[in-house]
Amino acid sequence: MDLRDTSEEAAFRAELRAWLEENVPDELQGHRGGAARFDGPAMRAWSRALYDAGYSGLTWPKEYGGGGASYTHQAIFLEEMARAEAPPHVGVIGLGMAGPTIMAHGTEEQKARYLAPILSAEEIWCQGFSEPGAGSDLAGVRTSAHLEDGHFVVDGQKVWSSFAHLADWCILLTRSDPDSTRHAGLTYLIVDMHAPGVEVRPLTQITGEAEFNEIFFTGVDVPAENILGEVGGGWQVAMTTLLHERGTLGFALQAALEVQVRKLMALARDRGADPLQRDRIAREWIEMQALRFTNYRALSQLVKTGMPGPEGSIAKLVWSEANQRVTKLALELLGPDAPLGEDNAPYGGYWQYQQLRSRGNTIEAGTSEVLRNIVAERVLGLPKSR
Amino acid sequence: MASPSPDEQLMDFTFTPEQDALREQARDFLAGHPEPSWAELAELGWTGVSIPEEDGGAGLTFVEEAVLFEELGRALYRGPYFSTVALTLPALPDDLRAEVAAGETSWTLALGPLVPDLDTADRVAIVGGDGIYELEGEERELLTTTDKTRPLGVVRGGEPGRRLADSAVLPEIESRSLAALAIETCGVARRALEYAIEYASTREQFGKRIGVYQAVSHPLANAYTSLELSRSLALWAAWCVATDDPQAHLAAAAAKSSAAESAVAVCETSIQVLGGIGFTWEHVLHRLYKRALGIESFAASGTRLRAEVAATLLNGRDESEPGVVLSEAPVEQGG
Repeated sequence: MDLRDTSEEAAFRAELRAWLEENVPDELQGHRGGAARFDGPAMRAWSRALYDAGYSGLTWPKEYGGGGASYTHQAIFLEEMARAEAPPHVGVIGLGMAGPTIMAHGTEEQKARYLAPILSAEEIWCQGFSEPGAGSDLAGVRTSAHLEDGHFVVDGQKVWSSFAHLADWCILLTRSDPDSTRHAGLTYLIVDMHAPGVEVRPLTQITGEAEFNEIFFTGVDVPAENILGEVGGGWQVAMTTLLHERGTLGFALQAALEVQVRKLMALARDRGADPLQRDRIAREWIEMQALRFTNYRALSQLVKTGMPGPEGSIAKLVWSEANQRVTKLALELLGPDAPLGEDNAPYGGYWQYQQLRSRGNTIEAGTSEVLRNIVAERVLGLPKSR
Repeated sequence: MASPSPDEQLMDFTFTPEQDALREQARDFLAGHPEPSWAELAELGWTGVSIPEEDGGAGLTFVEEAVLFEELGRALYRGPYFSTVALTLPALPDDLRAEVAAGETSWTLALGPLVPDLDTADRVAIVGGDGIYELEGEERELLTTTDKTRPLGVVRGGEPGRRLADSAVLPEIESRSLAALAIETCGVARRALEYAIEYASTREQFGKRIGVYQAVSHPLANAYTSLELSRSLALWAAWCVATDDPQAHLAAAAAKSSAAESAVAVCETSIQVLGGIGFTWEHVLHRLYKRALGIESFAASGTRLRAEVAATLLNGRDESEPGVVLSEAPVEQGG
């Protein structure tokens, strides 16, 4: 057990920290998830800068243009990015989900075609999994793909798709066998978002902004070679994608929470906090530290054995609920100013925005209910509820 | 402690094979010897884990002791291990440490009016003025406690004897004790949770095993989550204590506040999941619960510790907050 960075890790951290200080554009720093995040050209330029500095795809193998670095480096990268309040690489779906899935299931031609432009942010990806009738229960997918004359013809609707309005490509889960149900008969496709018949409509959310989209597919032609895995084998491929969605995500979440708790403490120093509020602030700091060391335990296990420890499955669950409490406590500290919004609110409306946005945290990327089922069934070994 | 070798250049938060072996040895031994004597613990080398080799110890660290505290909590061990190793050891001069390592003496320390393990500890130390002294010729009275596995009592009379240490050692004693209690109560909670998981996986009602009902499984998922979070803090605190990290006191306060409250809640969830069985005297759950409650109230409650944490974090103390955590209560030296 040794909780200090090794000298090599410390050097990597110091170099990265200095680079971020120099390079994070002012107008993108401390982004509240708002408009700046969706400014395509600025985000692409920032992502390209990350790529040029060698910080894109740190854990991707070198043969695919990645850094070939350890999970520990990836964890340090995510921590430092969050602490610098730097916006993420715009290709988060490509880097974290589409890319690893293509590496695991793609042909050599697909790897050569798709991987490099993900790293350089020349091509942006989105994910087409959820549907109006298939949320937590992903096996309810109905978007159809039928093979005719060397093409799949795709019809249907996807929803909650981040980045779809910017995306060049979509990893799409379809039902290729109309007579199939549940996990069978699904096929995993790579779809050109610029193809005729693809329509993207932004969804305005609780904060008044549009982060997610609906995607409509109407008779969209997809070349047969754009399949990942086998016809009817889409479920297995989708599981690879979702596994990578969780991966080292815990570090980004913990670091984001650390920033949030740091701001909460600054707010308390600024505007005062009574003993009961101080107790709750201390509680949130303690939970943030607990999440940090739980992540470290999971990472150490992953590095040592190649298998993530069971502790990792709780990171997202814990972060989402902590972020909701922290942001609401901040509103309480704002007192009578809490109902003010945007430019009339203290700190430019940061906390009002964060508190509303946090309500999505327990829904997106696995609801808390589904995550508790996962902990109960896969970690504790309780009998399956379905 | 794992010292990183050149080919293993990674931050490491796992136990070494030796530490894993120690845990296995402890669990096996305690399963067969639920009430070990001090001499038996010394024979296993447990009383001298962090005592230097030249004084007859193993020359290891608090991390190894933490492994033992967790297992001793799990086994509901009753005896002066915590009182000696966590509370008193930092105050003992070399010759007295050697006696502890050899299993010749056990100790307890009177930090407040209620002193743990007076029935089993051979000798008593007290805090007085600027130092810690051995107390001689005292009378001991054992009190009735809810938790029978860590008895509390009071000492009356007696005279300060040998001066053992300067009171400057108190912060180290506080950090060690809080960190030890944190990891110990994780062991208590783990065992309680295991009973609940086992029960929910086998007990059938309405034609199904009750673990399929989310009204049962989700509280258990929450119990597991809070236990893992607390255990991470407890291991962080143990590492800080072992390495004299400047954050040791903060880490220990955070860990104890979190772990003690979690353990109580985990036991409560487990009692609820076991239903009527969990409420009986016959089942071990109530003894785990009482130990967890005892740990929560011992030394300092979660609320008190969080007030300390807040004072550290928010640069400045709220006027209504108490001072130093463990040693602020004066020792009663009545006759």
